[in-house]
Amino acid sequence: MQWVQHNKIWAGAAALILIGAYAFYFVNSNIAVSMFSYAWFLAVPLVLGAMVGVMGERSGVVNIGIEGQMLVGAFAGFFAAAATQSVVIGVIAGALSGIAMGAFLAFSTVVGQLDQIIAGVVINIVATGITSFYFESGKTIPRGLPNFDVPLLSDIPLIGPVFFSDGPIALFALIIAFTLHFMLFKTRWGLRTRAVGEYPSAADTAGINVVALRLFNVTVAGTLAGLAGTYLSMEATSTFERNMSSGRGFLALAILIFGAWRPLRALAAALFFGFMQSLASQLQASDVVNIPQQFINLLPYVLTLVVLAAAAGRVRAPGAVGQPFVKGD
Amino acid sequence: MSEHTAYTEGPKVPARGERETLLEIDGLSKSFGTVHANKDISLRVDRGEIVALLGENGAGKSTLVKQIFGLMTPDSGTIRIKGDTARIKDPKDAIRRGIGMVHQHFQLVPVMTVAENLMLGHESTKGGVLDLEGARQMVRELSARHKLSVDPDAEVEDLPVGTQQRVEILKALSRQVDLLILDEPTAVLTPQETDELLGVMRELASGGTSIVFITHKLREVLAAADRCYVLRQGEVVGGVDDLTHTTTSDLASMMVGRDVVLRIDKAEATPGDTVLSIKGLKVKDDRGLPAVDGFDLDVRAGEIVGLAGVEGNGQRELVESIAGMRPSVAGSVHLGSKDITKSNARDTNNAGVGHVPEDREKHGLVGGYSIADNLVLNRYDEEPFAKGFIRDFGAVRNHAVTLREEFDIRSPNVEAPAGSLSGGNKQKVVVAREMSAKPQLLMAAQPTRGVDVGSIEFIHRRIVDARDAGAAVLLVSAELDEILSLSDRIAVIHDGRVVAELPGKGADRTEIGRLMAGDSDAGSDSHSPSH
Repeated sequence: MQWVQHNKIWAGAAALILIGAYAFYFVNSNIAVSMFSYAWFLAVPLVLGAMVGVMGERSGVVNIGIEGQMLVGAFAGFFAAAATQSVVIGVIAGALSGIAMGAFLAFSTVVGQLDQIIAGVVINIVATGITSFYFESGKTIPRGLPNFDVPLLSDIPLIGPVFFSDGPIALFALIIAFTLHFMLFKTRWGLRTRAVGEYPSAADTAGINVVALRLFNVTVAGTLAGLAGTYLSMEATSTFERNMSSGRGFLALAILIFGAWRPLRALAAALFFGFMQSLASQLQASDVVNIPQQFINLLPYVLTLVVLAAAAGRVRAPGAVGQPFVKGD
Repeated sequence: MSEHTAYTEGPKVPARGERETLLEIDGLSKSFGTVHANKDISLRVDRGEIVALLGENGAGKSTLVKQIFGLMTPDSGTIRIKGDTARIKDPKDAIRRGIGMVHQHFQLVPVMTVAENLMLGHESTKGGVLDLEGARQMVRELSARHKLSVDPDAEVEDLPVGTQQRVEILKALSRQVDLLILDEPTAVLTPQETDELLGVMRELASGGTSIVFITHKLREVLAAADRCYVLRQGEVVGGVDDLTHTTTSDLASMMVGRDVVLRIDKAEATPGDTVLSIKGLKVKDDRGLPAVDGFDLDVRAGEIVGLAGVEGNGQRELVESIAGMRPSVAGSVHLGSKDITKSNARDTNNAGVGHVPEDREKHGLVGGYSIADNLVLNRYDEEPFAKGFIRDFGAVRNHAVTLREEFDIRSPNVEAPAGSLSGGNKQKVVVAREMSAKPQLLMAAQPTRGVDVGSIEFIHRRIVDARDAGAAVLLVSAELDEILSLSDRIAVIHDGRVVAELPGKGADRTEIGRLMAGDSDAGSDSHSPSH
């Protein structure tokens, strides 16, 4: 376990949390499962959003349009499913719309050298506009994406019902976080992505096509944003509402930073945020403490703010993030 | 000047067929806008030899090697590698054909380990997973073979520059290079590290690797190179095929060239009171090493003092220190009776020092501001350009229109951003601004670098006019012709010190070349290559 030796603090924290969670589970298994399930339910779009950020920013492209990409994904998925009465087509449409949004960001910033922040803002504005303009009320889809049990894994106490009795996109989010982490640090694609995001001219002089890699990463990342949106309109709910992403894309960016641009740390950060929100609603429902509801609702945001502020000095963004690459400089 | 350093188009071609020709460049040209960065360059590199490209900053050396490495495409001419004239598309293509390059700014990913940096771009994998152990092994083998010790697991950003450079060289060697290009490899090194590097270069060459290295340090050429080409203003102006009998002063004379001297008519100087007085000044360079080391010089009103020297002998640090952009560690600078040793840039300017900086893009202009605003950068908050804290745009505009006419700034209007102008016109903006403030001291560093011939003449004329109007002028230039045609008095700087002062009239360029190379070296062959 080389990882444990190099990451004593993280390994320790993970072990503590796991012990705490199981202690809670043995005290009251019902409440524990429902609280952690709800936490993961809330964390899924944040995890996917943070992975969009990882893929883009690790290769040097800031994506503040995750919010808009998600919203378009939610919209396209829902209305494609409603029009065809097929959830499968809905999911495909959601993913494809994400690719289109990703491709817009990729080509405008990497090829067109448009400022990355401006491109992201454009995406967010256009997404709000399109999804409001073409919104039709009263549409329905045949059903939301169903939950299912993963054989064997769903039988594990606590972890099974929380992570392995979910819908397909939630399961996908879990898998993609682990896969991306492995790929980023253990494969050729990952090494090149990190090099391009840290010091593109070094990658260029080593014979790596910086432009092509950035285009690929940002475009493919769009799929994940599209799926995060589809999760909102077809798995978490079976309806589309105006502005239904409601800030989750921006929250995903905060989680990306808190997670130090590392997929698994971002997964942990998203779960932390989900759990705080879950805790807030639990406190509210059980009436254990006598605090006005508004303050309890603030809790997850305040905690995120505190945690982010504490992490701010310690994490470092990829060196070339936000900078367009000009050859031969 | 010895007779074997004839100014021909290039070095004499020695008998063919002794060694394989690895690189042959023929008639290569490259322009940026109206500036010819490379003009009809031809040169040759054989297997296992070390060839130096010698020249001042801006002579076109880096542009040349960037084209060999596929980072830029030539406008015309051919680059033949091992007989193959196919265009070098990109660095990948260059690497494939056996060219490696160590860049002036290291091309290493700071947050990655040495092993990761070495494998980047040609990673070996095992079942899709990076073979990091293999990369570590490769680093160990390469460093053992070339006696360049580095720890494969060290993160690059934690390493000192000398070691980072070792990593760069190993990185190039990990790709089976036939031709290794080193772009100013010693610029960031200490003298010890430099000696070490020159040793490594000789070792590599004896193993059959050809090396092209760029430098403006004469000593290194003699210590390491087999042959050298001298570049000046984008052209090969000379070369030496056999460096054994060459001295640093021969090279210095070649570097500063012997072009048609731009003659300028000027009256005899009538020097007045001492305006600038520098005593025992010491300034450190960016690495914290002494660059200006006990510098003494006086400049009087109504005279032009030219500071001649091979670049990198402390000129830049001296000028920056006088201008208040760089602190000095000892000594004093007086402007008239006022002590400006510790003044910042603004106070120095207000005290009456006009500064035409060496790097006009970085220190002379704000590219995004209009020409009009750039022309009042030093006085924007003073009458008549501002009343109280409100700027008077009418006055700024009128001022700009007048100066544009007077200094022949070629632009559509005065509202155009200064960054859109050509090099010569940018320089005219800087010169116009600094001169219109009627400074007591005008300090011009490389005032005509990268400037077209027409503008050069104009700027020279203006410098003489400023002198005639009573200003003291300190001219710092790497172009000996410029120094010779403008100066009333010439001071030669070497190793951060004035080594000689002589009258401008009738100054002998060979003598100055000898002084620029450092007195101690003159006429001696003690720095001949050892091989």
